Amino acid sequence: MHKHTKRFYISRRTELPWYRAWAIRGAAIVLALITCAVVTMLLTGENPIGIFSTTVYGAFGTARRTWVTIQDVAILLGISLAVTPAFKMRFWNIGAEGQVLMGGLATTTCMICLAGVLPNALVIVCMVVTSLLAGALWGFLPAFFKARWNTNETLFTLMMNYIATQLCAFFIIVWEVPKGAGKIGIINQSTQIGWLPEIGNQYLLSIVVVAVLTVAMYVYLSRSKHGYEIAVVGESLNTARYAGIKPSRVIIRTMVLSGAICGLIGLLLVGGINHTLTTTVVGGQGFTAVMVSWLAKFNPLVMVLASALLVFLSRGANEIASDFGLNQSFSDILTGIILFFIIGSEFFINYQIHFRKAGEKEA
Amino acid sequence: MKKLLALLLALTMVFAMVACSSETDTSTPSTDEATTDGTDSTDATDSADTGDSTDSGDSTGETVAASDIKVGFIFLHDENSTYDLNFINAANAACENLGITDFELRTNVPEGQECYDTAAELADDGCDIIFADSFGHEDYMIQAAQEFPEVQFCHSTGTKAHTQGLDNYHNAFASIYEGRYLAGIVAGMKLNEMIEAGEITEDQAKIGYVGAYTYAEVVSGYTSFFLGARSVCPSATMEVTFTGSWYDETAEKEGAQKLIDNGCVLISQHADSMGAPTACEQAGVPNVSYNGSTISACPNTYLISSRIDWTPYYEYAITCVMEGTAIDADWTGTLSTGSVVLTELNENAAAEGTQEAIDAAMAELEAGTLHVFDTSTFTVGGETLDSYMADVDTDADYTPDTEAISDGYFHESEYRSAPYFDLRIDGITLLDEAF
Repeated sequence: MHKHTKRFYISRRTELPWYRAWAIRGAAIVLALITCAVVTMLLTGENPIGIFSTTVYGAFGTARRTWVTIQDVAILLGISLAVTPAFKMRFWNIGAEGQVLMGGLATTTCMICLAGVLPNALVIVCMVVTSLLAGALWGFLPAFFKARWNTNETLFTLMMNYIATQLCAFFIIVWEVPKGAGKIGIINQSTQIGWLPEIGNQYLLSIVVVAVLTVAMYVYLSRSKHGYEIAVVGESLNTARYAGIKPSRVIIRTMVLSGAICGLIGLLLVGGINHTLTTTVVGGQGFTAVMVSWLAKFNPLVMVLASALLVFLSRGANEIASDFGLNQSFSDILTGIILFFIIGSEFFINYQIHFRKAGEKEA
Repeated sequence: MKKLLALLLALTMVFAMVACSSETDTSTPSTDEATTDGTDSTDATDSADTGDSTDSGDSTGETVAASDIKVGFIFLHDENSTYDLNFINAANAACENLGITDFELRTNVPEGQECYDTAAELADDGCDIIFADSFGHEDYMIQAAQEFPEVQFCHSTGTKAHTQGLDNYHNAFASIYEGRYLAGIVAGMKLNEMIEAGEITEDQAKIGYVGAYTYAEVVSGYTSFFLGARSVCPSATMEVTFTGSWYDETAEKEGAQKLIDNGCVLISQHADSMGAPTACEQAGVPNVSYNGSTISACPNTYLISSRIDWTPYYEYAITCVMEGTAIDADWTGTLSTGSVVLTELNENAAAEGTQEAIDAAMAELEAGTLHVFDTSTFTVGGETLDSYMADVDTDADYTPDTEAISDGYFHESEYRSAPYFDLRIDGITLLDEAF
């Protein structure tokens, strides 16, 4: 019988030194950028240097662009940090979008209903408290059902997103200005009640908050008892039980934390940045954050790089799209190419491809 | 592993070579490069003052050449939305007509802080005038206008400029209710044809209308459309449903289908997707479109479409900047400025004599002998109105503040460019008012 010999086969790598893993990732990013340049070149006829300088200009071309870029990084990073503890214990929380929205909705409620009722400082205190609680509630519900009845958290958190979006849509109609417009507009534009204070400039507050959060999350996950419990629950429920850890308690506690951080980001988005609520205020970043968290292997410090890369590319691609008169979908195409390469590189880190010389016998 | 690395390297080099070779091929310099890095590569003489505020003085009389003007445009969606496509076409046309070569189009700018960021970035890039196209952009345009007093900010469909008191913030709209009225005449003629052909009885002449929100702009739109239809088909009635979104293809399609199932024999819409026209084409129900012709997708059912042509306004505002004159705080385009237009009439679907009826009514509207909201042609709660306080000045409480009815008609788009007609007249049934 003729024995068919494959040209190559794949095996799992045992372990790869960290520098080689990073070399593969670096090569993937470089290749991704080259592919993007080639695609852009074919579509626009521009030279690649022009394309790259436009990308850089789009993200860092002026002081304002740089600030906005860093602020966008902060928001994406903040949401990524929020989902990370849950991911680390293998709880697939894809409901960050809804948890952030709920934080934003709570913030909006305080800004609209408490303006003129309470002094500004108290309004802000209420905003902080309610946004944390609202986000935490949206994290608590799926965790409680998971711990109690072992419901599927992926579906549960996903569904909660839609509930949050619809709740926001409902209240936007309640508070719409003017009647029938379907928009809230800038809340308290003249009085600025409930606007989070500016430190330095309008962008810095969110950046500082998320920077502090990053360090705190790093310490929490790698140095605290809670962080250790999360890791154990993620590795094996039985080990956790054997070690005297109550998984249900850890799951609920961690998801409440996750949700509360999302609520905090909602507070920053509505109270500090947009000063309005729309159903698209999060803009899908709740899902992008999942990717950031995964790419960084749940390490908060690496997440800074991952979110910075994604934001840089998307802002740069936006600039390319508008400068070269391309559709906005073009920036999605570029982001897609880059993610394809980055995620693909994980394959080469985890697996090895062996090529056979012609005539070589199968091992 | 070595082989893999070798492969990667080889690939990299191939890509690099492709990249380098084509770099030398493309000899045309990147124009955007030159403009974004300052204007020094163009006319060296004027480059110093285009960037800062020296040329912004009110009516200094100095004329700036078209090549020294930079214009920025902000759009809510991209060309896939009929609403934004209408603006994008106008932006391109206006810049071409005026010889403006340096302009930036920013699409998909949401109605949030990104709008302010984009406007500020455009101002940073040296734009002398910046336009935005969506109602929800207004607050953010005002915010940017306050920060960049030397740049002109023009916002279409907004309501606040006439009370805001900013020299560099302006609103614009058009008397689109006149276009809707004319489109309504086309619909009425079609209904008459169907009645004469015995397809429907007089009582069955029911029009369906898919709206977005119960916003004055929408109310003004469907009411003028209905009055136009009823002016030629007296037995016409109308049902209106709302989708709660300016762009929701599924909801608009379902809304149109619901109206058709309810017995509506003709559909029109005020929402931006192809949802309603597609539903009509499938059901074989005549459709009066908005924002542009849908004849290519709906050859059998498309009758006509009314739209605002923004080109005249863009040209007017940019010309003001070039000549150093002040832009109106609140500009209303009309039939005579060329801002309110009807797109091609579908001769195959429309009734005979339609074009003549449109021409006659248009002449009367332009002459001022015919008024769309003539109070003798409609009733509210069974009574003819002789007074109505409209909410024209945007304030915190949105209270009615201006008497809009005089000389026997409702003065729409006169006290402010954006529509403020929000009366619920008899003959029109709102199926839902949730939005």
